[in-house]
Amino acid sequence: MTVLRGKNWAKTLWTALFFIMSMMFLTPLLWMISASTKLEQDVMKFPIQWIPETWNLANNYQKVWMSDVSFTLFYWNSLKVALICTVLTLFFSSLAGYSFAKLKFRAKSGAFLILMMFMVIPEQSTLVPRYILIKWLGLYNTHAALILMGMFSIYFTFLMRQFMMGIHNDLLEAGKMDGAGYFYTFFKIVLPLSRPILATVGIIKFIWVWNDYQNPLIFLYSKPLYTIPIGIQYFKEEYSDNVAVMMMASVSAIIPLLVVFIVLQKHVIKGISLGGVKG
Amino acid sequence: MDKKDHRPFWTMRRKEEWIGWLFVLPEFLGIALVGVFPLLFTIYLSFNDWNLVGGFSSIKYVGFENYLRLFHDDKFIKAATNNLIFTAITVPVGMAIALVMSVAIHSYVRFQGYFKVAFFIPYICSTVAIAAVWGALFHPSMGPVNQFLMSTGISNPPKWLVDTTFAILAIAIISIWQLIGYKIIIYLAGLTNIPEELYESAQIDGATGIQQFFRITVPLLGPTNFFLLITLVIGSFKVFDIIKFLTEGGPNQASTVIVYRIYEEGFKNFRMGYASSMSIVLILIVIAVTSITWFSQKNKVHY
Repeated sequence: MTVLRGKNWAKTLWTALFFIMSMMFLTPLLWMISASTKLEQDVMKFPIQWIPETWNLANNYQKVWMSDVSFTLFYWNSLKVALICTVLTLFFSSLAGYSFAKLKFRAKSGAFLILMMFMVIPEQSTLVPRYILIKWLGLYNTHAALILMGMFSIYFTFLMRQFMMGIHNDLLEAGKMDGAGYFYTFFKIVLPLSRPILATVGIIKFIWVWNDYQNPLIFLYSKPLYTIPIGIQYFKEEYSDNVAVMMMASVSAIIPLLVVFIVLQKHVIKGISLGGVKG
Repeated sequence: MDKKDHRPFWTMRRKEEWIGWLFVLPEFLGIALVGVFPLLFTIYLSFNDWNLVGGFSSIKYVGFENYLRLFHDDKFIKAATNNLIFTAITVPVGMAIALVMSVAIHSYVRFQGYFKVAFFIPYICSTVAIAAVWGALFHPSMGPVNQFLMSTGISNPPKWLVDTTFAILAIAIISIWQLIGYKIIIYLAGLTNIPEELYESAQIDGATGIQQFFRITVPLLGPTNFFLLITLVIGSFKVFDIIKFLTEGGPNQASTVIVYRIYEEGFKNFRMGYASSMSIVLILIVIAVTSITWFSQKNKVHY
């Protein structure tokens, strides 16, 4: 897709201009990183000292990672919830996606259409009844509540179906001839062939759950159960005047995901251009 | 499977019928539990008065009272207005910036991979973490944004998040910044579908870059624009995280929005019925936007 128009020097000029723009665009994040290494009284100094005069990194780090209720705990919680949600979403949506794509059963297109219709309903509009539901089920203030709300996805079922429709029937028929059952076909033929879409859906789902703020806000109240976004809110209440500590918390929330993104950028960007939706 | 040999009842077709349903069943039951049931319950509650503290016995049917109240509720009207303002700022401004940048990245710049990633980074960041950063940047007296403005000679810069006039604008700026990478990715995907020959022949005919942009690029991106428009308008009506974290709808309701009002009524005032009627309004808005765009797209020429 490399399309270059115009003269050579013009391209170089544009590239340089855009590079400066991209740095300006990322200034808030650079400022965040810089502030997280500073003494509180230096954070708001102007003009901005990008490299701190007095380093306070260790101290800020200690406050965020080693206090009683710390990021170590939030990390563990976020990782646990995000991983379980991702695995379960992959399983349920690929299973349903395979069925919609390749199996013949009565009322299939009707069932699919009904499912798609519910994709329109925004999650935010059902906050109240979902809270009541979680209370009924006895899952209030548990990670199970977050997992239950995060393990089904119509959108990802749709993406799975679209991808699996492209799998050659010959490959599946060959399995059937050998006497393979549908489960065998699904696990041994369909899933391995669907690796690209599984990777894409998996990484995007992981990012969404990792960053989810609304569900933990409503379903959790004990601090030891907090995930990272709600943990940042707790830090805000705890250290509202200490910008340096807040920035260290923000850096801590962003960096691991940034690494994952940069390593797996192709999958993320492909997934988003498939027609992503985000609240 | 070998069962077929022993039990003729399980013909291949019949078996597929069962297996097909079996495989979609978990997803269906799940969506029924966390999607359909909550929706039906919202509809039911929106016609009732219910204070959560009173338990189920205190649910009282009130007909359309909740809905009628919305029209006289200054806070809700303010929230709906803010939503409209937020949409009117973020969607067109964000799309215009993203379009111009995408065209530049697509055609005039080297290292496209770098730029895609650089502009996309805020999108994958936790909105709460981003909000925390911008909250500090927008600090009214000491924040770098206002210090910079003051150093350029603006003696009385806006107080941003604590300013009744500028709070919603500040939130819109944060949102545009966070989502620009998403729009660029979608536009770049659209741009790759435009045949390069069109530009070549336009160049031969002596069309300038600007002419090419308005005569070729913009019209051929029609479907992409539609997709982005619908996604972004709907997304803008769901804005919540930044507002909850930074302003709690303030100062003095200046940045409240519908979803924040739902949260406030439901989880602070425990008026579940009233909160549900606002939820239904939100759903109707989303359905309306979806269907308007859907139908207008159907009548459009596909390029």
